Amino acid sequence: MPPFLYIFLGALAIVSALGVVVQRNPIHSLLALIATLMTVAILFMGEDAVVVGFLQIIVYAGAIMVLFLFVIWLLNLQVETGPTGHLALKLFGSLAAALLVTELFFILAPPRLQVKFTHEPPGYGSLASLAGKLFTDYLVAFEVTSVLLLAAVVGSVALARRLPGTDDPRAAGKIAS
Amino acid sequence: MIPLSYMMSLSAIIFAIGVAGVIIRRNILVMFMSIELMLNAVNLAFIALGSRLGSMDGQVIVFFVMTVAAAEAAVGLGIIISIFRNRETIHADDLTLMRW
Amino acid sequence: MTIELIAGAIKAILMIVAALSLSLFLLYFERKGSALIQDRIGSNRATITGLGKRMGMPNLGIINTTIADPIKMFTKEDFVPAGADKFLHALAPFMALFPVMITFVVIPFGDTISISGHRIDLEAANLNAGALYLLATIGLGVYGVALAGWSSNNRWALLGGIRATAQMISYELAMGLAIVSVIMTFGTLNLQEIVRGQGGVWFGFLPRWAIFTQPLAFILLLVAGAAESKRIPFDLPEGDSELIQGYFTEYSGGKQAVFMLTDFAEQALVAMLLTTFFLGGWQIPWLMRDGFHLPGGAFLALPALAVSLIGVAAFLVKVVALCVFLGTVRWTLPRLRYDQLMRLGWKGLVPLGLFNVLVTAFVVVATGRVQ
Repeated sequence: MPPFLYIFLGALAIVSALGVVVQRNPIHSLLALIATLMTVAILFMGEDAVVVGFLQIIVYAGAIMVLFLFVIWLLNLQVETGPTGHLALKLFGSLAAALLVTELFFILAPPRLQVKFTHEPPGYGSLASLAGKLFTDYLVAFEVTSVLLLAAVVGSVALARRLPGTDDPRAAGKIAS
Repeated sequence: MIPLSYMMSLSAIIFAIGVAGVIIRRNILVMFMSIELMLNAVNLAFIALGSRLGSMDGQVIVFFVMTVAAAEAAVGLGIIISIFRNRETIHADDLTLMRW
Repeated sequence: MTIELIAGAIKAILMIVAALSLSLFLLYFERKGSALIQDRIGSNRATITGLGKRMGMPNLGIINTTIADPIKMFTKEDFVPAGADKFLHALAPFMALFPVMITFVVIPFGDTISISGHRIDLEAANLNAGALYLLATIGLGVYGVALAGWSSNNRWALLGGIRATAQMISYELAMGLAIVSVIMTFGTLNLQEIVRGQGGVWFGFLPRWAIFTQPLAFILLLVAGAAESKRIPFDLPEGDSELIQGYFTEYSGGKQAVFMLTDFAEQALVAMLLTTFFLGGWQIPWLMRDGFHLPGGAFLALPALAVSLIGVAAFLVKVVALCVFLGTVRWTLPRLRYDQLMRLGWKGLVPLGLFNVLVTAFVVVATGRVQ
C-alpha cells in the first residue's frame, strides 16, 4: 500500500488504541475499539490478506463488539466519576508499557529482523487458498475449534442465565447442580 | 511493500498500549477490551510476516486466533455478568475476596 | 489507471444518486401506494401556486412527499434530550447511514460499456471478495441503531434499540447463509461474475436465474432482508403503535430525516441484493452481447451500448418491482411479536439456511462443479 496510507492508518490505529485505554465512558471506549479494529482490518487488506480482513470486520467488529455493547447495557455501566486507581499504578503502568515498547523496538528494528521477501504465490489471500490450507494442513485445529466454540456457547449460556424459579438476581450465575 | 519493521513496530505499539490498559484501568470491561487490543496487535504481526514469507500459514493462524478470541469473549463476558450479579461491582479494586 | 479512478468515482456517485432517488420513490409509494392499498386518498394538498388545480388535474401528492416533506424535516428544530450523551446522539444517525450507503458500490447494475476504447465494468467497485464486503457492511449497520437507542436517555428508545439490535444480529445470520448458498452455486465471491453466471436460458425459455436453482435461499433472503431493514412484519423495534418511534423517538429534524433515509435506502438495498443474487441482476433472457437471440431463430442485432443500457433498465425494473412488493407486504401483514420474531429467526430460518447449504454442497460436488 502507498506509504502515506500506511502512515495515516497507523496513526489512526494508535490514536484509537489510546482512546480505548484513556476514555472514562465505556461506550466511548467501545467505539474507539471498533475504530481500531476497522483500521487493523484495512491494514490486513493492504497486506494482501483480503478475506481475513473482511472476516475481521464481520466477526470482530460486527459480532464480538456487539456482544460487548450488550454487556455494557445489561450492567448499565455509567461514566466513571471519581478517582480511578492510585497515581502510582498509572505511573508504573505507563512506565512498564514504554519499557515494553522500547524492548520490542530493539528486537524488531531493521538490523536485527531480517526476513527475505519471497514472492507471494498467485491467489494469495483468496478464499480458495485459505480454505485449502484450513482443510488440509490445519484440519485437526479446525475441528477442535468447532468443538471449542460449542463449549463456549454452552458455557456462556450456563454462566449468564438465571436459575428457573428464582426471582432473586443473586441466585443467577450459580451453576445449577 | 511497507518495510516489515514498520508493521512490526505498529504491532508492538498497539500491544504496549493494550498492556498499559490492562495495568492502569480498574474497570474489568475496559481491561477486557485492552486484551482484545493485544490480540489484534499479534494478528497484525502474523499477517505481516505471512505476506513477507509468501505463506498462507499466517492467515490461517489469524483465523484461529479470531475464533478463539470470539469464544473467549463470550465466556469472559458471561463471567463478568456473573461477577456483577453477585458483587454489584465491576471495579477490580473491590473484588478482594480471595486476597490474603 | 486514472480513467478507471474517474469512472469508478462517477459510478459511485451514480449509485448513490440512484439510492437516493429510489428512497424518494419508496417514500412516495409509502404515502400514495399505501393509500391505494388501504382505500383512501393519501396526501393531496400541497401545490405550487395551485397550477395543477387550476388546470383540473388531480393532485397526486408528488409535491407533498418529494418537496414539502423533506423541506419540513430539514427545517425542524434539532434538539438533544436532557441528560443524553451529545456525542453519541449526533453520531448515531451517521453510523446508521454510512454502512448502508457504502454497500451500494458493489452492486453490479450493468454489463461492460466501452468508452473511447476502455472497457468499463458497470459496477462501481469490482471487488473479488464482493460478497464478503456485503456481509461486512450489513453487519456494521447494527451500531447506528444501538447507539441511537442508548444515547436518547429514554427507556422506550432503549427498549426499541435493544430489540432492534437483537433482531438485526439474528437475521444477519440467515442472510449470510442464504448468500453463502448462492456463492456455492456459482463458485465465486465476485458479484459481477454471479450475475454473469445467470445468463442464458434453459429449455429455450426459462432464464437461468438463481431463483429457480435456489428457491429456498430466495425466500430466506427475502424474509431475512425484510427483518434486517426492520420492515413490517418485523418492525417491532420501531413499533409505531407501542414505542412511538422506537429507537429514534428522540430525534427530530435533520437527524430523523437521516434515519428515515436509512430505512428506505436499506429497503432499496435489500431489493438490489435480491435482484443481484436471485433474479439475474441486469440479465434479460435471450439478450446476448450482440443483440436479441429469440427462440425460433430470430435475431435482432443491437449496438453494444444499447445492450448495456437495456441491461441497466432491466435491473431498475426488477429493483422497483421488488421494492413495490416489499411495500405491499408492509401494508398487508400484521406485526410479529418479539418472541415470535426471535423464534422465527433462530429456530426457523437458521436451520433452514443450514439445511440449504448442506443440500447445495452435496449437489455442487455431485454435479462436479468443484475442481
